[in-house]
Amino acid sequence: MPNGTKLAKSFLWKKCDSCNILISKFDFYKHDKVCPECNYHFPMYSSERINHIIDLKSWIPLYNNLLSGDPLGFCDKKPYITRLAENQKITGLDEAVQTGIGRINNISASVAVMDFNFMGGSMGSAVGEKITRLVEFSTKEELPIVIISASGGARMQEGILSLMQMAKISAALERLQSKGLLYISILSSPTTGGVFASFAMLGDIILAEPKAVVGFAGKRVVEQTLNEKLPPNFQSAEYLLDNGFVDLIVKRKQLKKTIHMILDLHN
Amino acid sequence: MKMLDKTLPLEELESSLTKTESKAYYLSKLVYRHDKVVNNKAHILQRKLLNLKKQLFYGLTSYQKLCVARHKRRPTTLDYIEYLLDSWIELHGDRRGSDDPAIITGIGRIGRRSVVVLGQQKGRNTKENVLRNFGMSSPGGYRKALRVMEHANKFKLPILTFIDTPGALAGVSAEKSGQAEAIATNLKKMFSFEVPIISTIIGEGGSGGALGICIGNYVMMFENSIYTVATPEACSSILWKDSTKAADAAEALKVRAEDLLTLKIIDEIIPEPFGVAHDYPLLMVRILKNKIRDQLDFFDTFSPSELKHHRYLKFRKLGLYYDC
Repeated sequence: MPNGTKLAKSFLWKKCDSCNILISKFDFYKHDKVCPECNYHFPMYSSERINHIIDLKSWIPLYNNLLSGDPLGFCDKKPYITRLAENQKITGLDEAVQTGIGRINNISASVAVMDFNFMGGSMGSAVGEKITRLVEFSTKEELPIVIISASGGARMQEGILSLMQMAKISAALERLQSKGLLYISILSSPTTGGVFASFAMLGDIILAEPKAVVGFAGKRVVEQTLNEKLPPNFQSAEYLLDNGFVDLIVKRKQLKKTIHMILDLHN
Repeated sequence: MKMLDKTLPLEELESSLTKTESKAYYLSKLVYRHDKVVNNKAHILQRKLLNLKKQLFYGLTSYQKLCVARHKRRPTTLDYIEYLLDSWIELHGDRRGSDDPAIITGIGRIGRRSVVVLGQQKGRNTKENVLRNFGMSSPGGYRKALRVMEHANKFKLPILTFIDTPGALAGVSAEKSGQAEAIATNLKKMFSFEVPIISTIIGEGGSGGALGICIGNYVMMFENSIYTVATPEACSSILWKDSTKAADAAEALKVRAEDLLTLKIIDEIIPEPFGVAHDYPLLMVRILKNKIRDQLDFFDTFSPSELKHHRYLKFRKLGLYYDC
């Protein structure tokens, strides 16, 4: 096949990662990046999420001025600084989370959306600070807060400081919740490690996307180190629902409506 | 004197040390019965030994510290509890259907004060390690800790926590009973308590498993302990895609007490006598007891809401970022 045709094809069609069917790009975006055949939920960029959930022209970004530093001078295969710059260039984002306020079907709320494409959505000091400031802002302004998680966990390149962000955000959420304000946590694929073991699990109400990968330790780690046979739907949203750790599994199409309904019921 | 070859693995260095130690001990036994020559020899040998020890345990690399922190003779939580507290009752169970042997909880008396004590417990031999899961707590363990801390909050007793774990338990059973939820709840609830919490990292502080009981008003750390976001082994296999690079990872992650003090993660380093705690456990307990007493006295002057606020501020300012 000539290269040009291949290129044109990739512009017009998208292959489903789950059932291998070809979906036209028109259908793909019409269904909010969900496969119409098998209902597979493709990962979304944070900006797409914001467009999907927040009312048109109501999004006000906050704390975009916070950027990561390199506290440890970390270098694995590449220096951390280079890695950060590369990710900023590719994604066009400053950090792995976008924070701000917006309206969801005319109800105002603070919203944080994590982006898995920025260094695996990992949580470093800047991500932690952005979310903490948003939670504190919410507490002060008495706004409900919605956080959509998509993260591999703590950002190892910042060492122990990234671990401390778990505590920092949890502390701010404790103040928010003791004031009687609502926090809705939404787990999208994947939410694992430090993010899962802190604010993602602290929601008053916890929603998840169908078949989202959600777990504490990496699946490979569990399989290899412990030599245990894994249940078929291990570390999925459905597994969490069965064990009572998630309130609802919501299809992407109904997500905005469901969030609005929950916010409305608590108003 | 011969310089130590520090590139050798720590176990090898230590074994030569133990040999000299037993020789010195044997000679010192002889002293009472024999002449001046032996006496002198014993003295020289003992001084040499101390020098060797100082040399060996001074300026350890991160990976060597990791080995010391994981040393099989390193005192565990139960050892400290035994000598630190004047009286002690162990409490069991999370009231949700499990009792995790990897976390010890209970009430005791230190000086004139009653305190609630909890800590992760590694085994002292293989059999015990299997029972205690190598100090890796299950969700039940964190819920047990939370239950005891809530008890402390209710009766206004200060809380002492001891951290010594490679990380929280990972596995099918842990996921099923909600490891992430248990740790997250602990993180949140520990900020709501109105009693002083004093945390001490006595060995290995691994990841979220350690943080789950380490939200203290004052966090102390033994000189040769480590505190890290993920075990160096895990980190090397994630970032280097090679699990043998643990030593490089340990260096890069900055896991040593002195690094963490600069980052303001911990408040104080507790020096270990001649570099190691496991050779002088009783001395170690005495040092620890004084430090804990000082801190309890200090926090006596705080009101309940001040204590809560103090803890919030301590963790609120952690992190390094540019605000531009």
